[in-house]
Amino acid sequence: MREVVIDPITRLEGHGKIVIKLDENGNVQKAILQVPELRGFEKFLVGRTAEDAPQITSRICGVCPWAHHMAATKALDDLFKVEPPLAAKMIREFAYNVFMLEDHALHFFVLGGPDFIVGPTAAKEERNLVGIIKKLGADVVKNVIITRKKLRYLEQLIGGKITHPVLGLPGGVAKPLSDEDWKICFDTSKEGIEFAKFAYKALKDIVLSNDQYVELIKSDAYTHKTYYMGLVDDNNNVNFYDGKIRVVDPEGREFAKFDVRNYLDHIAEHVEPWTYVRFTYLKGVGWKGFVDGKESGIYSVAPLARLNASNGMATPMANELYKEFYQVMGGKPIHSTLAFHWARVIEMVYAAERMMELIENPEIRSKDVRNLPKERPDVGIGVVEAPRGTLIHHYETDERGIIKRANLIVATQNNSARMVLSVDKAARSLIKNGKIDDGILNMVEMAFRAYDPCHACATHSLPGSMPLIVRIYDSDDNLIKEIRRD
Amino acid sequence: MPKAKVAFYWCASCGGCEEAQVDLADKLFDLVEAADIVLWPVAMDFKREDVERMPDGSIDVAIINGGIRMSEHEEMVKLLRRKSKLVVAYGSCAHMGGIPALANAYTKESIFKYAYEEAPTVNNPEGRRPEVRASFDGVELELPAFLDYLKPLDEVVEVDYYIPGCPPTPEITWEAISSILSGKLPPKGHVFGSDRALCYECPLNETKPEKISLDTIKRPHQIVLDPNKCYLTQGVLCMGPVTRGGCKALCIKGNMPCTGCFGPVDGVSYQGAKALSFFSSIINIDDENTFRKLVEELGVDPLGWFAKYCLGKGTIYRKKEER
Ligand code: SF4
Ligand code: SF4
Ligand code: SF4
Repeated sequence: MREVVIDPITRLEGHGKIVIKLDENGNVQKAILQVPELRGFEKFLVGRTAEDAPQITSRICGVCPWAHHMAATKALDDLFKVEPPLAAKMIREFAYNVFMLEDHALHFFVLGGPDFIVGPTAAKEERNLVGIIKKLGADVVKNVIITRKKLRYLEQLIGGKITHPVLGLPGGVAKPLSDEDWKICFDTSKEGIEFAKFAYKALKDIVLSNDQYVELIKSDAYTHKTYYMGLVDDNNNVNFYDGKIRVVDPEGREFAKFDVRNYLDHIAEHVEPWTYVRFTYLKGVGWKGFVDGKESGIYSVAPLARLNASNGMATPMANELYKEFYQVMGGKPIHSTLAFHWARVIEMVYAAERMMELIENPEIRSKDVRNLPKERPDVGIGVVEAPRGTLIHHYETDERGIIKRANLIVATQNNSARMVLSVDKAARSLIKNGKIDDGILNMVEMAFRAYDPCHACATHSLPGSMPLIVRIYDSDDNLIKEIRRD
Repeated sequence: MPKAKVAFYWCASCGGCEEAQVDLADKLFDLVEAADIVLWPVAMDFKREDVERMPDGSIDVAIINGGIRMSEHEEMVKLLRRKSKLVVAYGSCAHMGGIPALANAYTKESIFKYAYEEAPTVNNPEGRRPEVRASFDGVELELPAFLDYLKPLDEVVEVDYYIPGCPPTPEITWEAISSILSGKLPPKGHVFGSDRALCYECPLNETKPEKISLDTIKRPHQIVLDPNKCYLTQGVLCMGPVTRGGCKALCIKGNMPCTGCFGPVDGVSYQGAKALSFFSSIINIDDENTFRKLVEELGVDPLGWFAKYCLGKGTIYRKKEER
């Protein structure tokens, strides 16, 4: 063993482990991303009362509890065959966009963004919030923290608890928006738009105006031609809360568009013995192993995939940014993994604009927010776009609404096969002749960090200690370097 | 006087407990004033090796969240116990197992079988499962193994204090941290929060009658709750009477009943049994058939209703594994 380097990480949600094997020339023979956990939510949902699912499943992940809460709530509408009143849907979508804005901001400024804002090979002590403070100033960070606090306060006003809300019920929401709460929501929405614009300006000033970064984003090391999936509205625009699932092929042509109720016709999962995560793929193409291209059923979700799978954004400012994005990057679809960050900021603008649209609509203040279920429950399937991609909850119950079977297709899981590809390719492209340093390894990590992965969700498991372990073996299987971040 | 040393650590956590700590927001600055944080994986770069190098007993307080699900968790909390003067269980997972401990009612085998073979989307005719040792394209790989059950922290190491909630509120978190740091130590085993039931701080308490008697029970989705009337009087189970106060009735302000995340009040060891006996005592049905019908029609879920956060404390379900 030549050396052991230990180096913790704080910019990934959930466990991840990368193993890199070198050949005799010190070049990469294989790099593998493993996910080492499982919790079993699908199993212990069995026997629970269905209306409890939105609260139980939010405990899958405390980082995106709202996504699980909302997917479960929508599955309950379907299960009990009850349409919520318009105001209830609007309150849900409003709260959901608040959450998307807050969560994307966290990734942009704290988890993934430092790679760009501070620099991909900057010293590791700097590639975090500390570096951001140095680079952008304490005021900027204060703005992020204060805005986050305000957005989270809205979540509490609407959802009771911030982290594990109690808002969602089949056929509506637990409580209407009071006049005082409405005012706070309105004011914060205004600030949200300014905040999203500010994030976009930071992206533009720091990343897009730097040719080296743009080149890095476009480079082959971070490119994969796969299918893309996302929810779209009637005009094929991005929607986080509702719509049809649309899939485009690697050339950007519509491959499928379906109601989530039919997801079993389109999505299947592959199991490998070396990781706890299940790999989703398109049933219509099939599992062809860890390869990209049109012949492989591997697809991608989350911000870039959502933009690729749609024709535009439904709000004006975000749509302008959408057009600019494809213009600068040279057309659709964009296959550059690092462009996820850019797409994420465009989505922040959309989320803020959408909050404003909803809160300005007088209908959201209606007190009619519940329709009681009257039908017998049997099967319920719901979908939302989590920050990290398409999220599907599927419950089957007896006639009393006791869960008999549950299936969860969780956002990060949809990206899990593409992430394995990304880590392998980045490692192969960046590690040459045995030369490895922290900067290079960070650039390998950037290949998965761009997805904003949450392995806690992917395995319905636990973020636990969130370590990233990189073990590098030479061709004789000697461990030559271990980087642990735990 | 040297600053106190504080460690934060997470085991089988959803990350919500960290969010609650980050939600301390401006109080975080006060914390950094008063103490050196020597471990905090969510926000800082210290690691296990750093902790190993510290002398035993040199950390003043270790605040640990999440249940114990993997062998690494066990090792890490034992290490932290050795290094720390005080250990605090933070959040209902560390306190009582939390919601992930509902898995204890199922065998490990059945959890694996469902996840990797039976789930409707899984296509795995070869019956592959994750293995502790496996290889991929010629590379040998290891995966950590799963413990048989999820255990609360005090089943693995001695715990001095508890901060309840799923997650705890930033207010209680701050109250506990500042009381420990100022040396105003409560008696060992103390659970922060209120020492009375949630009902005492519930805004609907005025409408709660002295004696409650339920002729029937309604599930939350079957009724539009009146936000101005105690939920029990509306026939909906609310865990308020058997749950420690301290959250300021967050769920109730969200117009939903309490589900019990703050755990039992002082003197009660198992919240699930207490809840069951409380609700049995207020159900006003003395005819067996009526009672049976109610239970059957309602689809009573005693684990989910009464022991949602505390099943990790109940050892009765673990027998299943041993058989
Ligand atoms: S107590 Fe609740 S918030 Fe904390 S880790 Fe457990 S599930 Fe998450
Ligand atoms: S039973 Fe529930 S609603 Fe009624 S007073 Fe107690 S906490 Fe409040
Ligand atoms: S009302 Fe009950 S379930 Fe809700 S936060 Fe308070 S103690 Fe926890």
